[in-house]
Amino acid sequence: MENKINVFLFGKKYQVPAGLTIMTAMEYAGYELVRGCGCRNGFCGACATIYRIKDKQELHACLACQTEVQEGMYVATLPFFPLVKQVYNINEIKPTEQIMMQLYPEIYCCIGCNACTKACTQELSVMQYIAHAQRGEYDKCAELSFDCVMCGVCSSRCPAGISHPQVAMLARRLNGKYIAPDCDHLEERVKEISDGMYNDLIENLMQKPVEEIKELYNNREIEK
Amino acid sequence: MYKIEKLNELAKIVAEKREKNASLEPRRMTAEEKDSLLAEFHPDYKQNEFTVLSAGVNKGEKVPTQLAELLQGRSRISAADVDLSAPDYDTDVLIIGGGGAGASAAIEADQAGVKAMIVTKLRIGDANTMMAEGGIQAADKPNDSPAVHYLDAFGGGHFAAKPELVKTLVTKAPEAIKWLNELGVEFDKEADGTMITTHGGGTSRKRMHAAKDYTGAEIMRTLRDEVLNRGIPVVDFTAAVEIILDNKGNAAGAVLMNMETKELLVAKAKTVIIATGGAGRLHYQGFPTSNHYGATADGLILGYRVGAKLLYADTLQYHPTGTGYPEQIFGALVTEKVRSLGAKLVNIDGEVFMHPLETRDVTAASIIRECTARGKGVETNLGSAVWLDTPMIEYKNGEGTIEKRIPAMMRMFGKYGIDIRKEPILVYPTLHYQNGGLEIAPDCATGVENLYAAGEVAGGIHGRNRLMGNSLLDVIVFGRNAGIHAAAKAKETDAPQGLTLEHISRFNSELAASGLDSKVQSPMLLPKYARKK
Repeated sequence: MENKINVFLFGKKYQVPAGLTIMTAMEYAGYELVRGCGCRNGFCGACATIYRIKDKQELHACLACQTEVQEGMYVATLPFFPLVKQVYNINEIKPTEQIMMQLYPEIYCCIGCNACTKACTQELSVMQYIAHAQRGEYDKCAELSFDCVMCGVCSSRCPAGISHPQVAMLARRLNGKYIAPDCDHLEERVKEISDGMYNDLIENLMQKPVEEIKELYNNREIEK
Repeated sequence: MYKIEKLNELAKIVAEKREKNASLEPRRMTAEEKDSLLAEFHPDYKQNEFTVLSAGVNKGEKVPTQLAELLQGRSRISAADVDLSAPDYDTDVLIIGGGGAGASAAIEADQAGVKAMIVTKLRIGDANTMMAEGGIQAADKPNDSPAVHYLDAFGGGHFAAKPELVKTLVTKAPEAIKWLNELGVEFDKEADGTMITTHGGGTSRKRMHAAKDYTGAEIMRTLRDEVLNRGIPVVDFTAAVEIILDNKGNAAGAVLMNMETKELLVAKAKTVIIATGGAGRLHYQGFPTSNHYGATADGLILGYRVGAKLLYADTLQYHPTGTGYPEQIFGALVTEKVRSLGAKLVNIDGEVFMHPLETRDVTAASIIRECTARGKGVETNLGSAVWLDTPMIEYKNGEGTIEKRIPAMMRMFGKYGIDIRKEPILVYPTLHYQNGGLEIAPDCATGVENLYAAGEVAGGIHGRNRLMGNSLLDVIVFGRNAGIHAAAKAKETDAPQGLTLEHISRFNSELAASGLDSKVQSPMLLPKYARKK
């Protein structure tokens, strides 16, 4: 006998086998998903979901594809959330404190309630990374926000109307482009290639008979 | 801790042998050993799982049976359903698909100064690119060179790739990394800027660049942000269901379908890029998949129906380490980076049964052999699997390595009570990648004029097996290439005249003439997972 539990999808009761995720429970119940389903592996943030367990106070947020159903779970999906994304030219902006003030001034209205952190489906320190963004510490903001899937649940809980994932996105791009150290060997190799340094080597490989190239491949030296 | 007590007991055997196993350097297989292993155990060699096509440009060639049903299926529309003379969208470059290749193409087309537009059946970024964990290859270290990268990729693909495509892939790789870095992608670097690189299966140099184990996600969200910054139109929840041709037989747009309202729309364009990705959700041979929800081979169908040729559509990549347990994440990807960082594959007796970094096809076949012919797999309610000894990573590289380098893996298993720092995990091959696809030239042109293809939907770059880290690379290199060339072609192309969907009835006649009368509608667009009562 399969062990069935009761879940409430948008308030309607369904009996589903224990051990399913919220997403597979919806499909078990008969939903054909179009929205609210993306990678099904916890990377894309399409399946943001909020739930409450019957007779309990606490409101939880999660990704439906990564969360097992529980008895008495009341589920509502959040397939879209209107985040504010400002547009900018990454080549023209600089990683100064002013840039956040210009693009996302609402971050300075944070009241420190920490609801964003409590709601994060990835268990990130959201309020903390916003604090780093306020101070122009984009490398720290980038590090703390790195695992963000941009599901938007944090923003849905924010009394200050902050679009946290977009703030973090800007910080990461600033960090990746301007703050992280430049890579000399990369620049060097790109130049060598554009100077045509490897053309002959590769053309030579391309023209080799299969037997010869097999020989080369099977006996190539492998870095330890 | 595992919920099944027996697994905790078996994991102890792995722990006992860890010290000894860590110091082992397992022998790599000879070319002959690999060939016979593949022939006996790789799913691509199971002849009864394939169907020979009886219609279309690849008539007489075999493809997976589920794909054949769609390629030889019926269009979702007939020509009378839409008014081609009143397009809803008119653009220079129409890009079908919002993953890494589509977004890269859009950015380059926009950069070239033409009007580009993305249509995607889900959201921009809902793509396999987003889920690529391990890394992206580029030969940019002093001990490496594009020629060595060429040899690795060409040999890893069993000498079947188109040489000029491999050349394009490897010589444009460092530039692709530079482009991404300048867009703000955060690659793992040393304090002096040196890229932190590791091995992947089948690489002879450490050239795997990463952004922790969110490499694809970091790349995808950056590309998406750039597409939005540039104001490139993105029409989401809108699938392409047929390519439109003009009176010269050139591609000239697509019929689109709103995924929610089912409304049909017409997009007219001077050039079209198919960047729809892979096919994991067709679950070939009943395998689970690591792919995203929309990986249903749509682009192959769209292209095939208007006469674009397929290359190596019969070769699939089964990623050796799909999650074997627990059921909630069954089939989900366990990044190859876990093995790059030092975890070994171990059977039920705690024995290391192979070198952990053979190419993916060889590793998958070896795991299948361990679980079948040799009977050395670990049985659970989900089937047989082998151990991947993740605690070995920290045993070798020190505490904290897992959290720093593969946080997504730690989180994924942690949700089900399994601490990968302390407990080994169970893995079994999962359907991961379509090695072949629409045949392209180095400029991404298909055989149909003004129709381009890039990313996983394209074929020929990886031969019959792709190396880890060459797919993220391929979507960037060929995505950009497609954008550049489709934009240039659009500039020299006049507004298409005489738009037609005649190819639908023509293809239907061909199906009928071959005695095929399919009820299957294609492209599939989304898998059917809803339970039917």
